[in-house]
Amino acid sequence: MKLKDSPAAKIGASIAVATGLYGLSFGALSVASGLSFWQTMVLSLLLFSGGSQFAFIGVVAAGGTGVAAMGASALLGIRNGVYGMQLNTLLLPAGWRRFAAAHVTIDESTATATGQADPGEQQRGFWVAGVGTFVLWNLMTAAGAVLGDALGDPKQWGLDGAAVAAFLGLLWPRIKAFQPAAIALVCAVATLLAVPLVPPGVPILVAALVAGLIGWFRRGGTPDHAPGHVGDGMEPTLDPYGNDAVAHPLHAPSGTEHAESGIDHAVANTDRTVEIVEGEQP
Amino acid sequence: MSMWFWLLVAAVLSYLTKLLGYLVPAKVLANPRMSRVAGTLTIGLLASLTVVNAAASGTSLVLDARIGALVAAAIALWFKAPFLVVVLVGALAAAGLRLLGWP
Repeated sequence: MKLKDSPAAKIGASIAVATGLYGLSFGALSVASGLSFWQTMVLSLLLFSGGSQFAFIGVVAAGGTGVAAMGASALLGIRNGVYGMQLNTLLLPAGWRRFAAAHVTIDESTATATGQADPGEQQRGFWVAGVGTFVLWNLMTAAGAVLGDALGDPKQWGLDGAAVAAFLGLLWPRIKAFQPAAIALVCAVATLLAVPLVPPGVPILVAALVAGLIGWFRRGGTPDHAPGHVGDGMEPTLDPYGNDAVAHPLHAPSGTEHAESGIDHAVANTDRTVEIVEGEQP
Repeated sequence: MSMWFWLLVAAVLSYLTKLLGYLVPAKVLANPRMSRVAGTLTIGLLASLTVVNAAASGTSLVLDARIGALVAAAIALWFKAPFLVVVLVGALAAAGLRLLGWP
């Protein structure tokens, strides 16, 4: 299949454009936090993971130390390792491709690839979203970092509000069932309680510890035969866009996705220990 | 200089974390307990990050225009707005509230 005829490539491209534009906000906020232009560019070129990058500059902007910024960034990057494990089984990259795939393993490329049923489409979706986001994210980071000085205070343009909205947008599709929403609430409260007590950046680690303990001791959420695919929002990866207009045209023609999801729901509903699955696919 | 050092450490750790995922045998992910931890950890991190960005300023909690951005983004998400629209709504809400005089 040619790239321009591929539905997965189209989704990957649109996600790359949407995320790339957001790089403008990162570039502007990064220089406003006190980092230099080249420090900002190194974050986008080498660290390349939106959540980790915003965590890094968030700690710096709040007056935290470099080591605290590094800690928050590294912790938020852990999920990329989980994505890597999943993508490795889906894409089976070999040789240099494995090292390239690792660099563009982020929320957007993972979401695009795992949203496909066909292996070829998984490949096209992953690479178009990953490489496309990398290129645009870096171009817009540079533009934001340069314009940042000219724009003045990014707060005036609501760019800090954009960051809040983006994180809520990534969280949103994961908290449609009751239990994930409750976990999110507990972690949010833990964060609020920790903010006045510990240095900036550490509240995120406190919430991560709480979340990890809940996951460790939580029972029955995931049947042994279907790890991570219960469809209750607890799976490691989900389309972070909650955008049916994007997600459905893909799933509809293949047929297999809905069939699988139907089986998962049936399993979930017959297993008494599994929490109620509500509105996972509205 | 210290900032450059930790910045580069963060970049190296980020890449190694990603690469490590590709080097781990698939069996590890098949462990249901690790799968649950990965799921709850992601939710916890995103929830914490949302709250920190909305209400934290250093070591104090503040109610400023970012709370307006949070509410506006939630409304946009409720009406199934695409990701980019949600981000724009958040920016517009914060900028608009500041124009009206809210910090």
